[in-house]
Amino acid sequence: MSSVATPAPAPRRRRRRRTKLQRRQTRLAWLLLIPALAVVALVAIYPLGKTVYQSFTNQQFLAGITPTKWVGLDNYHQIWHDPAWKHAIILTLKFTVITVSFEFVLGLIIALVVNSSFKGRGVMRAVMLVPWAIPTVVAAQMWKWMLDDTFGVVNDLGVRAHVLSHSHAWISDPSTSLGAVAAVDIWKTTPFVALLLLAGLQVIPTDLYEAADVDGASKLQQFWRITLPLLKPAILVTLIFRTLDALRVFDVFYVFFGNRLDTQTMAIYIQSTIIGDGNVGLGAAASVFMFLIIALFVVIYVTFMRVNEE
Amino acid sequence: MKHRRLLVLAGVVGAVALVTSLSVAAASSDKPARTHQAGAIAAPKVPNAAAIKKKYGGQKITFVGDSVGNGHVRDLALAKRFTKDTGIKVSVTPHPAASDAAYSQLARAFSSKSSSIDVAMIDVVWPGAFAPYLVDLKPKLGKQSKLHAAGIVQNDTIGGKLVAMPWFGDYGILYYRTDLLKKYGYSAPPKTWGDLFKMAKKIQDGEQKSNPNFAGFVFQGNSYEGLTCNALEWIASAGGGHMIDNGKATINNAKAATILDAIRAQVGKTTPRGVTSYQEDQTEHAFDAGDAAFARNWPYQYGIGATAGSKVKGKFSVTTLPHGAAGKPVGTVGGWQLAVSKYSKHKDATIEFVRYMTSPAVEKFDAITNSNVPTIPSVAKDKAVVKANPYLKPAIASVARVTRPAKFLKTHYNEASKVIYQGINQILNGTPAKNILPGVQSKLNQILKQK
Repeated sequence: MSSVATPAPAPRRRRRRRTKLQRRQTRLAWLLLIPALAVVALVAIYPLGKTVYQSFTNQQFLAGITPTKWVGLDNYHQIWHDPAWKHAIILTLKFTVITVSFEFVLGLIIALVVNSSFKGRGVMRAVMLVPWAIPTVVAAQMWKWMLDDTFGVVNDLGVRAHVLSHSHAWISDPSTSLGAVAAVDIWKTTPFVALLLLAGLQVIPTDLYEAADVDGASKLQQFWRITLPLLKPAILVTLIFRTLDALRVFDVFYVFFGNRLDTQTMAIYIQSTIIGDGNVGLGAAASVFMFLIIALFVVIYVTFMRVNEE
Repeated sequence: MKHRRLLVLAGVVGAVALVTSLSVAAASSDKPARTHQAGAIAAPKVPNAAAIKKKYGGQKITFVGDSVGNGHVRDLALAKRFTKDTGIKVSVTPHPAASDAAYSQLARAFSSKSSSIDVAMIDVVWPGAFAPYLVDLKPKLGKQSKLHAAGIVQNDTIGGKLVAMPWFGDYGILYYRTDLLKKYGYSAPPKTWGDLFKMAKKIQDGEQKSNPNFAGFVFQGNSYEGLTCNALEWIASAGGGHMIDNGKATINNAKAATILDAIRAQVGKTTPRGVTSYQEDQTEHAFDAGDAAFARNWPYQYGIGATAGSKVKGKFSVTTLPHGAAGKPVGTVGGWQLAVSKYSKHKDATIEFVRYMTSPAVEKFDAITNSNVPTIPSVAKDKAVVKANPYLKPAIASVARVTRPAKFLKTHYNEASKVIYQGINQILNGTPAKNILPGVQSKLNQILKQK
C-alpha cells in the first residue's frame, strides 16, 4: 500500500513473450470455438438484433399496406404512454411474485418430504410429477372447465361441501381471475421446483447430519445450519428458472382469458400487437422492453449468486 | 444407483402424463358428432366433374374451414364428395373458433408466403386486409358471382379484383323457448331489451328451483370478435349509432352507455356470471341443453336445436333481437367467404373447389342441413330452404342490418375491433361504461388517423 504499484506493463511484456506453441494453441482454441459462436450468433444474436432494429421502424405484419420506414423512438414513446402495457407489466410482476414464492415454499416442503426415507417413496416421487408432465395447454383447458361457473366440478364440490354459498365464476370475475390462474400455475409447476430442489438435497453428504446429531443439534438447527446453506446453489438455479418462466408466461393466460384486457401479460400484449394488430414495430419495442426487464432479473440473480460464491 | 432410479422414475412419469393428456384430449372429443339431418339430403354432385378430373385429378389442396356448430362436419362431407367426383384431394382443417384467432392464423400463413393453405374461409370484414395475398377470382368465377347478392360481392371486390366468393351469410337473431314463455304466461317474445330482462328474470327464478344451472339469457360476452358483433346490436338498437359513423368514432354517447350499463347489470343476474367468457359454442350448448330461456346467436344454431335428439327440438323459435327504448331491432351482418391464396401451388384446382362450394346446389345443401343464410337470393327463396329456416321469413329476414365499421378502418379493422371488444368486456365484467367508453373512443380516433 505504501508505494504506488504500476502493474500494467507486466502483462504486456508477458504477452509478448508468448511462445510459438502458445500462439498456435490460441489459434486452435478460436478455431474450435467458431462453430459454437456461429450457432449463438445465428439463433440468439441475429434475432435479438433484428428485433431491436424492427423496434425503430413502423413495420407491419401484412405486407403491401404501408412501406416500412425508420421512425426513431416513436414506438418506445407510444409504448411508454400505453396504460395497457403498464398494466401488463404490473400484472406479470404480480403473477411472478405470487407463483414463484408459493412454488418455492411448497416445492421445498415436498422435496424435504420425499427426500426422507419412507415406504412408497418411489411411487410418491412419480405421482408428484404428474401435473408438471401434462402439457400446459391441456392442463389449462382442463382447469378452465373445472372452474366453470355452471358445469365446473370445483363449484359443484364447493357448494355441496358448504364451502361456497353459490357457484362462483372464478375465471370471468376480475377479482378472482389472477388468483385462479396463479393457482393453476402453482399446481402445475410446484413439482418441477420440488424436483430441482430434491436434486440439490441429494448432493448434501449424509455424514454432515450424522456429525450434527452427535453434536446434539436439533432437526430445526440442522435445517437452518446445514440444509439451507448447502442447498443455496440449487435454490438460486430454481428461482432463476421459475422467475424467467413466469415473466414470459403466455399459455395459461391465453387459454383462460384469450384477449381480455385486464389479464394481458407482457407476452400476450406482444403477441396480440404483432399478430392481431399487425403492428410489428410496436410489438418489437415491447419485446425489447420485456427483454430488458428479464435481463434485469438475471443480473440481480447472477450478482447474488457470485456474492454467495465468494 | 440413485441416478438410474431417477431415470426410471422419469420414464414412469412421462408415461403417466402421456396417458393422462391423451385421455383428456379424448374426453374433449367425446361429444357425439351431431350430424344433422344427414339422411334428408346428400352432398350435391360436382357438375362437369369428368373434365375437372382430367385436368386436375390427383392434385392435393388444403382447405382451412369452419369449426363452429356442425360446420366442420359439413366441410368434410362436401370435401369428400368433391374428391370422389373430381379426384382432387381436399384436406380440411378447422380454423380457431374465435374469428380474431382465425385471422391471426391466416395472417401468419400469408406473411410467411406459406403454400400450406390453398383456400380459406374469411370473415366479411377481412377482404380489405388480405386482398394483396388473394387470387383474383373474377376471370374464372365472375359469372357465378353474379348469382350472389350484389352487396356481398361488392364487399369482396377490392380494387376491381374479386378476392373472395360469398359462401354463407349471417345476422344476429334471438332464440327463445316457446314452451317456457307459455308456461310463464307470455304470449309473444320480447320487443325491447327491458322486456327481455323482465321475462328472463321471471322464467329463471321459476326454472332454477328444478335446474340450478338455468339462466334467463345467454350471448357472446367473451373478449373476442363476436362481442363486437353483439355490442353493435345493443348500441345500434338503442339508437346509439354504429361505433364509428362517417369516419369518426361515436361510441362514447349517452345512449350507448345506458344500454351497455343495462346489459352489465344483467351479468350474473339473468345471465350466468361466466357469460363474459362465452363464445358461440358456449351459447349454443347452454340453450340446446335446455339451460337458457333466451339466446342471441347466428342462424347456424337453429339447425342444431332442431335436430332429432336435441333437448329443445320443437320447443323453441326465433325472432328479431329486441331494441332499446328509442330504437328499432337490428342484426349485425356476419358471413363467410372463400378465398384462394396467392401462394397456392394448385390455384386452378382450388378455384374449381371454390366454384363447387359457392354453387347454388351447395348453398341449398348448407342452408337446409346447417341452417346457414344463403348468399344467393334465389336459394334463400327456395321453398325447401325457407321451410327448414324460419329465420328466412320476411318478417325476420328484413330486419335492419348493421355492419361493423370495417370500411372506415380497412387494414386496421382488427386492431380497432380489439379496442372495442376489450372495452365492452371490461364493462360487462363490472366497470361502468362511462369509465371505459371515452378511452375506447379516443383510441378508435387514433387508429382512424393512422390510416
